[in-house]
Amino acid sequence: MDLSALNPADLAFSLIVAATPLLFAALGELVVEKSGVLNLGVEGMMILGAIGGFATAHGSGSLALAALAGAAAGALLAALFALMTQYLMSNQVATGLALTLFGLGVAALAGQGYAGQTLQVSARLDIPGLTDVPVIGRLLFGHDPLVYLSLAATALVWWFLNRSRAGLILRAVGENHEAAHAIGYPVRLVRVSAILFGGAMAGLGGAYLAVVQTPLWVEGMTAGRGWIALAIVVFAAWRPWRALLGAYVFGGVTIIQLNLQALGVAIESQYLSMAPYLVTILVLVVISADRARARLDAPACLGKPFYASS
Amino acid sequence: MSLWKKATAAAAGLALAAFAAAAAAEPLKIGFVYVGPTGDFGWTHEHDLARQAVEAHFGDKVETTYVENVAEGPDAERVIRQMAQSGHGLIFTTSFGFMNPTVKVAKQFPDVKFEHATGYQRADNVSTYSARFYEGRHVIGLIAGKMTKTNTVGYIASFPIPEVVRGINAAYLAAKSVNPAVKFRIVWVNTWFDPGKEADAANALIEQGADVIMQHTDSAAPITIAEEKGVLAFGQASDMTRFGPKSHLTAIIDNWSPYYIARTQAVLDGTWTSTDTWDGIAPGMVAFAPYNPVLPKEVVALAEYARFGIMLGKIHPFTGPINRQDGTPWLAAGETASDGDLLGMNFYVEGIEGTLPK
Repeated sequence: MDLSALNPADLAFSLIVAATPLLFAALGELVVEKSGVLNLGVEGMMILGAIGGFATAHGSGSLALAALAGAAAGALLAALFALMTQYLMSNQVATGLALTLFGLGVAALAGQGYAGQTLQVSARLDIPGLTDVPVIGRLLFGHDPLVYLSLAATALVWWFLNRSRAGLILRAVGENHEAAHAIGYPVRLVRVSAILFGGAMAGLGGAYLAVVQTPLWVEGMTAGRGWIALAIVVFAAWRPWRALLGAYVFGGVTIIQLNLQALGVAIESQYLSMAPYLVTILVLVVISADRARARLDAPACLGKPFYASS
Repeated sequence: MSLWKKATAAAAGLALAAFAAAAAAEPLKIGFVYVGPTGDFGWTHEHDLARQAVEAHFGDKVETTYVENVAEGPDAERVIRQMAQSGHGLIFTTSFGFMNPTVKVAKQFPDVKFEHATGYQRADNVSTYSARFYEGRHVIGLIAGKMTKTNTVGYIASFPIPEVVRGINAAYLAAKSVNPAVKFRIVWVNTWFDPGKEADAANALIEQGADVIMQHTDSAAPITIAEEKGVLAFGQASDMTRFGPKSHLTAIIDNWSPYYIARTQAVLDGTWTSTDTWDGIAPGMVAFAPYNPVLPKEVVALAEYARFGIMLGKIHPFTGPINRQDGTPWLAAGETASDGDLLGMNFYVEGIEGTLPK
């Protein structure tokens, strides 16, 4: 085995591409959960974003429009979830699961005419001089714009949650909706906004998958990434930078195991396939070992319905 | 016998007669159980094309239904049983992992005929069928050996079952016969269908120098990646040219239509018996997509020579001398592999690097 055949820069590049859809979806869900709502429909919103983004990219050839359409498609499905859980008071877990199944079905239906089509969206940045710098040039300056958007979104979500007044209100709603309501904050409005944002981000992640990562549309192409995004939120203990880390660890373990196999490392491939999940479980165990700490991390009102008293 | 009993017996007899008459007029219901979506443009897509061919061929005499995206496992048993209960006379289960559920349900419905693809368990009402894809792998292996400039062929493999291992060995032996320096890099993704992961695997292989990609997974994602990166690739199960006009050299196509039509005819004629079919290039079960114009004439000639050789029975992809990976002899010079050996193949041939997962 010759480990020198592994090019760290190429590896890191692939890692970022594999991690970006997860990062988008996880950031969106993180904000939703911070507001006290558990939306298990990430997979459904992602796949709807995937077909929305793919169809738009196919028609327009524009990555920006595709990203917008993907986000809109995700938000649309999220609006349904908001209506059900915030106004009709349905159970969040059941509604979220239904949303996933519904999204997969609707996306398959909407995508019928697009199966077997391909895209020609060249989205990579190419800054003469910078992108050509050896090793780090392509890594830092050679991505598509959505990768930079995902990093900017991580910073923005962190700033919003920890440094802005609106973010403080959102966290207050998630920690204790009764108290927030008593003070006069619009609990329902805050939650609906968070749900819509979460849907848009999941849709954006789906669009990235269908337009940039694998420029094609097939039914069920998210293949469980929505669930991984949900796991990353817990893994991250509801902190944006840790979500970034989680997405990159997950993407990284996936990419590295494929590369190790291609190198002929004598480890059973099933173990390598398991590795990303094992790492997630391991980290979950480590961070929840301190019970008091773990309780502090999770929003106190997560998943609880809110009935306005007046 | 009381009057009441006589009356019921007569009524039952009448009902039975009426039912039999209705049954005679009713079309044969044929069910298809698919492991992926019909829009995968690969494995399931070809089965569904064959289903449509059956409908077109028999018209009103048959009625087909299908269930797609059926997970291998308990779900499959539920779907198959549901089909058997709802009056289907012939059921095709089109993935290896449907084997146990098919056999189990078949025991409870002795009057329903079952056709299981790529499996090896048969019963009085369960036939098996598969295609000799390794014949196709031999042909694309020759092309790969000729076309690689880096002498590195990347192979995206799904699960370490004999079917997949056989394909790797056949392709490797063929590539090596025309290019002794060729190396295969093999990545097991442990899935039949995950476009994202298949794309990641293609990227990993290309980064490590592979300039020809082969796949034994069902989505076209690796082709799109090959096209983007400017390397060559082969389609899987179906013509995938549209995903990579420049990169897609040809594809092994699974043509199930003749078999499905023949088996349906047998049920309609009442001549259906349990059989084991393993057809290859000669009867047309294994076919090829058009060769990409980028292929040099002599490479196409080489591929065609092999294709006709296999069709006429002059060439066998596994002809000795062949050693196993550990160097122990498998086939002596001139000896060809028996079907039994091929069906149970669980080792790499000599020259392939890496360990075969168990």
